[in-house]
Amino acid sequence: MTERLYPIKIEVNGAQVEAQVPSRQTLVDFLRDTLRLTGTHVGCEHGICGACSILLDGEPVRSCLMYVVQAEGCKVTTIEGLSKPDGTPGALQDAFCEAHALQCGYCTPGMIVASHALLEANPKPTQAEIRDAIGGNLCRCTGYQQIVDAVQLAAAKLTKGAK
Amino acid sequence: MNSAVTSFRYIGKKRRTKEDPRFVTGQGRYVADIVLPGMKHVALVTSPHASARIKSIRTENALALAGVHCALTGEDLCANVDPLYVGVDAPRVARYPLARGVVRYAGEWVVAVVADTRALAEDAAEKIEIDYEPTPYVLDPEKAILPDAVLVHPEHGSNVLYRRKFVWGPVEEDFKRSHHQLSFNARWGRSATVPIETFGVAAQWHPGTQLLDIWASIQMPKFPDQAARALRLPGNSVRVHFDVDVGGSYGVKRGIKHTVLVGYLAKKLGMPVRFIEDRLENMRGGDMHGPDRSFDMTVAFDGDGTIRSLKIRALDDVGAYAGRSPLQLGKPVGAIVGPYKINSVEYEPISVLTNKTAQEAVRGFGQAPTNYAIETAIDRVARHLGMDRIEIRKKNFIAKDQFPYLIPSGSIYDSGDYLTVLDKALAAIEFPALVATRDAARKAGRLAGIGIATCLEPSGGNSAFEPLFNPKNQTTTWMDSCLVRVDISGAVTGVMNTSTAGQGHETLVATVLGEVLERDPDTIRVVHADSLNALPSNSPVGSRMAIMLGGAAAGAAKKIKAALMAIAAHNLGVPEASLVYREGSVSVGGDAKKALSWDELVEIAHRQFHNLPPGLEPGLQAKFVWEVPTGGGLPTADGRIQMYPCYSFEVHLVLLEVDPLTAQPKILRYLCGHDCGTMINPDIVHGMTYGGIAHGIGAALYEKFAFTDNGQLASQTFMDYLMPSALEVPPISIIDHCTPSPLTEFGQKGSGEAGYLGAPAAIASAINDALAPLGHSIDELPMTPLAIWTKTQGGTKK
Repeated sequence: MTERLYPIKIEVNGAQVEAQVPSRQTLVDFLRDTLRLTGTHVGCEHGICGACSILLDGEPVRSCLMYVVQAEGCKVTTIEGLSKPDGTPGALQDAFCEAHALQCGYCTPGMIVASHALLEANPKPTQAEIRDAIGGNLCRCTGYQQIVDAVQLAAAKLTKGAK
Repeated sequence: MNSAVTSFRYIGKKRRTKEDPRFVTGQGRYVADIVLPGMKHVALVTSPHASARIKSIRTENALALAGVHCALTGEDLCANVDPLYVGVDAPRVARYPLARGVVRYAGEWVVAVVADTRALAEDAAEKIEIDYEPTPYVLDPEKAILPDAVLVHPEHGSNVLYRRKFVWGPVEEDFKRSHHQLSFNARWGRSATVPIETFGVAAQWHPGTQLLDIWASIQMPKFPDQAARALRLPGNSVRVHFDVDVGGSYGVKRGIKHTVLVGYLAKKLGMPVRFIEDRLENMRGGDMHGPDRSFDMTVAFDGDGTIRSLKIRALDDVGAYAGRSPLQLGKPVGAIVGPYKINSVEYEPISVLTNKTAQEAVRGFGQAPTNYAIETAIDRVARHLGMDRIEIRKKNFIAKDQFPYLIPSGSIYDSGDYLTVLDKALAAIEFPALVATRDAARKAGRLAGIGIATCLEPSGGNSAFEPLFNPKNQTTTWMDSCLVRVDISGAVTGVMNTSTAGQGHETLVATVLGEVLERDPDTIRVVHADSLNALPSNSPVGSRMAIMLGGAAAGAAKKIKAALMAIAAHNLGVPEASLVYREGSVSVGGDAKKALSWDELVEIAHRQFHNLPPGLEPGLQAKFVWEVPTGGGLPTADGRIQMYPCYSFEVHLVLLEVDPLTAQPKILRYLCGHDCGTMINPDIVHGMTYGGIAHGIGAALYEKFAFTDNGQLASQTFMDYLMPSALEVPPISIIDHCTPSPLTEFGQKGSGEAGYLGAPAAIASAINDALAPLGHSIDELPMTPLAIWTKTQGGTKK
């Protein structure tokens, strides 16, 4: 069975990507299977768990609920794009390490994406605002506490750094 | 920390983990990230019926699609593989990866389709036509044990997989002597850990070497051996790569049927094959549902609150097939009286088959439901006597000076200080103020309750329940191992022998090696062997790795240290007794001029045979294989046996209110007092405890694999199987205490199941305290808003 392919152009982590894709390919499958950006994870494939969260033009979205053709012309940022250029942790990621805000690491990229979007919009969030921002991302390891701690830690460091 | 604890260099300190940096940057390597050249993908056709005869399967239309390589049926598969391991003596309860002839639950795998892509495999799966003849089924476990019940496996002759009545101590005498007794039923609903990553496995067969490579998302004791046996391969023809990151497990990632299926396909097709469950396959047919248990409890007690004896009948619905699931009734034997001085126990575990998804191991291996039942009994006795729930616990606690303490079922608790931990927790939460807050809410007309649970976490997992529940199984060792190498450059590498699902084992091993060798753990690398390189291990189950892998790492490091001391003594020409080891260098009594540095000692070990003491192996490496402390015994005729060696203790205190309109509980305060002995890495222990509490909140209030009357799984997506988010899980305080275990190297106990073993009991206690002024109680988990609302609508019970 040959599937009809459609041309797309998207920007992924700052790089221009052009590809021919089937209409039914999800954005997460394209990122993982075609671009081999495997930091974005598949958890439920029905938009609940948030493991596949990426930034689409700066907004956190579920990449399992989007077809890649819908991202035409958009800017996509994945967990890989939030690291330093040498692949080591950026400031928020470093705060996740400091607070041990993870265990198995599977939900972590999605949590960091959601937290990143929060801090972009609200550099000094309260605990309640952090819980609200990550409320759409499920974690089965941490009970969320150290994630909240990590985001607060990152917020403090980033605010201090900005001064 | 307790003053008895010696000071450590790295253990117990705030230190970053070794694993976190790769995960926060998206560089974890999970099974779904593994791509092999020419790899094919699997989709499944599953049963729509709870019970049916398979009349015919037509695969031609699927196979006609380009890019489809195989449509495997149970007939083909079962002729070429052996049945999977069953934990009790029930060989006719045959379990294969695919159904053969009949299906026994809705969601059971019937046909596996292999194609170039997963999408194509799914397209092809839709073209497979199967004719079924629906047959009678049984869903209610109480009905399933009746003589005229429909049989899930007629060959077995009964739906009972395991049943025995144990009597430990003078139960009848204690009941006669007691002033009071009460009975009740408590129901633990079918839930599970439901990791965010589903199961996955990739396999590749190499005809030239007759070797099957396996990468799998697993946490399974003796997994390589089980896979090899089912595939009829010698053990050394299966190589399991334990360096795959596992995206959460908490017990359930057993994946053996997945692996046998994919291993068989890879070998048969001569192509690498990968299967990653989608969420629907996972929820219905992943065989990862947890205990589904009904407790009939009778308690004998005196007017002063002294609890003398317990009778427990535990009926557990394991679904349509069994691996290790019936053994989840066995593990609680090791803590069957909880933290209490209960003189005698009658325990009747019944493991029963029904036409539902199969059960697998879940965090605690059956202990969390049992703790819930015991704690509910304590609360009920207090309420019956009009006693305070804290006072009755204090009255019945095993006292600090009574350890080591032998319980009626044969286990010896190693150490504990329950009273102190409870008092610390009560002080930290300012308990009188908590009571005042609850009472003020009640006075204002709201439903508010305080929950209390005091529970044990048996740790250091051995397999003593295997010979207890199956006399044909004579397993008495559940060793774990570590290999340590110091290379020519002087760098230290620790080798562990299983995969990891977030428990931080690399950090554990590095910390322990660093502690013993006095080398910075950040410089120590820890790798996961593959199964052909691995020393014996029984995988990270039963809260065992801090104890067992930590103990093995310490043992291996001490051998390295001993070799360094021997080399130094030989080269410095002095007896070892005069030498001092400090940070890897060895000196005569601390004299820097009469010393050999780490680098010099390593150089001698690796290059200078002429300077090695006679009999010492060149190079610098050591292995240590450790048997579980206190393990090794077989059960007595009346079923007494030492289960796990170490016993952690936790106190949970909760305040919640119930929304008057929606009946939704809101947790206002949550505090956990926790004593797991010496913590190797406090951040890891606290993280697992927070996570265990969150999971316990889910089991108590939200999570349930519900089945319809016709045997369909009703909660098969995350829209209906509700897991708590950051909005349902409240901020949690943990108060640490340390009563070291006398059985372990550093005084450590286990903590992998922490939080989960007491949280459901505590939440249930709080809900029932909230309902108490109305005269109501709920004795079934999860306590959903509907269940609570139904109670509150009736008004006060007369």
